[in-house]
This record gives sequence, structure tokens and C-alpha cells, in this order.
Amino acid sequence: MIRWLFAIVGGIILGGVVHLVSVLALPRIATQDAYARLDPITKLNAVTPLPAAEPATAPMPFMDPAFASAACKYDLSNGPIKLAVPVSQAYTSVSFYTRGDIAYYAINDRSAGRKVIELNLMTKEQKDALPEDEDITAADRLIIESPTATGLIIMRALAPEPSLMEQAKASLAAATCKVQVDQPDPPPPPVAQKPQAKR
Amino acid sequence: MKLIVTSVLAMVIAIAVGLGITWATATRGVNVGTITIGAWTARPKTGTSGIDPYSRAAIARSGELPIGTGDGVTFTATADDNGRALDGRCDVTVSGVTPAARFWTLTVYDMKGQLVANTLQRYGFTSEEVVRESDGAFEVRLAARARAGNWLPTGGVGRYQLALRLYDTPVGVATRSQKDAPMPAVATAGCP
Repeated sequence: MIRWLFAIVGGIILGGVVHLVSVLALPRIATQDAYARLDPITKLNAVTPLPAAEPATAPMPFMDPAFASAACKYDLSNGPIKLAVPVSQAYTSVSFYTRGDIAYYAINDRSAGRKVIELNLMTKEQKDALPEDEDITAADRLIIESPTATGLIIMRALAPEPSLMEQAKASLAAATCKVQVDQPDPPPPPVAQKPQAKR
Repeated sequence: MKLIVTSVLAMVIAIAVGLGITWATATRGVNVGTITIGAWTARPKTGTSGIDPYSRAAIARSGELPIGTGDGVTFTATADDNGRALDGRCDVTVSGVTPAARFWTLTVYDMKGQLVANTLQRYGFTSEEVVRESDGAFEVRLAARARAGNWLPTGGVGRYQLALRLYDTPVGVATRSQKDAPMPAVATAGCP
């Protein structure tokens, strides 16, 4: 009798351990999390418009149908990412998620305070490697630190009425997300245009 | 022999109990840092790095991306103010005012978080398109069949949930009560 009691009590205590371990492990072993859902339909280090939030096409649950959205799946191992999102007429937001779907940073058009939300995304190491004198210029370019080398940037533009959805999509279509080159490219030399001038 | 049987039994109980609780918490969520105002609940911390492990597990399971705190807050309701589960065959009203926010949206989802299909292709209202009374209050009527005013079709599904999202809002982790955030009332007006 005591043996069965021992088995049951021991089982329940062990069950607590199993529960804690499985809760902590679930984000790692989940195969249908948001990143896994967006992974096949998004390009790396580029902006991909997401399918409309409608019953048949929504790539994720709990998407807001009033928004047009686009995603940039990033990998910072080749250098920091430079992101520019033009602000739509109503409301635009940019949210950053780690590989494990944690929303570590989000900004909206008003807190960005400009016509274009411009951000530089980098890892802690890349930020530490920035030359000191660039701190002055850092004031007008927002630097975001990503806790993981890979993750997702979700850009969303509100269509306050269904008829404004196309406009919201268009403003997101102009967004860019690309690996930043160490030295900014010099403007293309005018020589390159000479052959065109002959026409 | 008896020791093996006892150990195996203990293990089976451990796995059943442990995974059972995990499944329950990942499906229903755990009230860690939850704001409850009337019928509405929100977990503003899910939109930050300080997200609790239970919410992380729930998000990984459902496949959603939580709204970042710098963006907005999501309130959900699965029952009306009297605790009666929202039923797509009944008439439900959402009325009153919303907390301060630049924009809000009210959306109908099924219990899995999918939008409810309907011929009108209307899945929700935004703060811009809802028709209001002269005092700024609004009433949205959820029903399977067309209703006058702000009608939100439920498609006649069984249980469903409502999401009220506030964008660019002071409502967040520090919000406690109806006084900080006046949420609209949810009432079942009648069932056929």
C-alpha cells in the first residue's frame, strides 16, 4: 500500500519537473511557431510582403486584418542591417522579434518622428565594434541591438478603412531592409552614363 | 520486480501530470501579469523581452507574433461581462468607449485565432470606420445575420473570441483598472 502511495506522490512531484522542463523546452521544439511559418515565404535580408490577413491566406493566427504587413527575415552574421520604412498616412509600426519570437523592440511612426523610420540593427559585438567617433552620428540614426543573430522584423501599416489597404501596401512596398556595407558606396561615377548620352 | 512496477507507475504519472499541465497552460495561458478589465484580458508583458515562460510557450504553440509594447496592446474577450461564453449564434453587443489610443481595432477570431470567414469580408472594425453616437460612444453588434448600425458578422460559428487592439496607447504594464482604461461593455443581447 505504502508502495503505491510512494509511486503516486513521487509521480506528481516528478510531474512538476516534467512540466517545468516542457514549458521551457516548448519554444525550442515548436515546429509551427511564427518564425517557422514565415521562414518558407520570406527572403533573407529583404522585405517580403506578407499575404493578406484573410481567413484563407493569413500566414499566422491573430493577425490584425486592418493592417498590411511585410516581413524582413534577417541574419546579422554578414554585418548590420539597415532598415528604412516610409511612414504611411495613418499608422506605421516596426516590430523586432528574435528567432524565438520574442518581441524585443517595437517603434511606431510617431515615436520615430520622421517621414521614414530609419533603423540600424546589429548584434552586441557589432555595436561594440563601432568606432567611438561615430557616436556623434549615432544620434540621428537609431541603433537597435538584436539579442540573436537571426530573427524577424515585421513592418505594418494600418488601413483605417478597407479602401485604404492598397495605399498601406504601397507604402510598405517602398520599405528596404539590407545588409549594410562597411564603407558607404561612392555615388556612381558620371562616366558610366556617357554611353547613354550618345542616344 | 515490485520496485520496477512502482518506478514505471511513478514515471507514467509524472509524464501524464507534467505534460497535461503544460498542455493546459499553453492552451489557456497562465495569469502572469494579466490585466483584467470587465470581460477583457491583456498581457502587456508578452510584447517585451520580459515575457514569462508560459506566454512564450503559448505563443510558440499558437504560432502568433505578439504585438510589441512600443506598438500596442491586445485585449481579448472570450465571454461577456456576465461570464457567458461568446456564441456566434447569439446577438452580442460591444458598447461604450475605449481607452486613449491613436487607433484601435476590434476583430472576431475563432478559438484558434483564425479570422471568421463571411461573405461580407468584414472581420473587424477600426476606430476610424465605426459609427458613433454624438457623445463619442459606439455600439458594435455581433450577430450571424445582418443588423443595423455597426454589424460584425460572426458567421454563425459556435464559440469565438474578440480582440480589441489599442495602438500607440499609454495603456500597458502600469494599467490596473477600469479607471485607467475604460473598456467597452460586452453583453449578450439575446439568443435565437
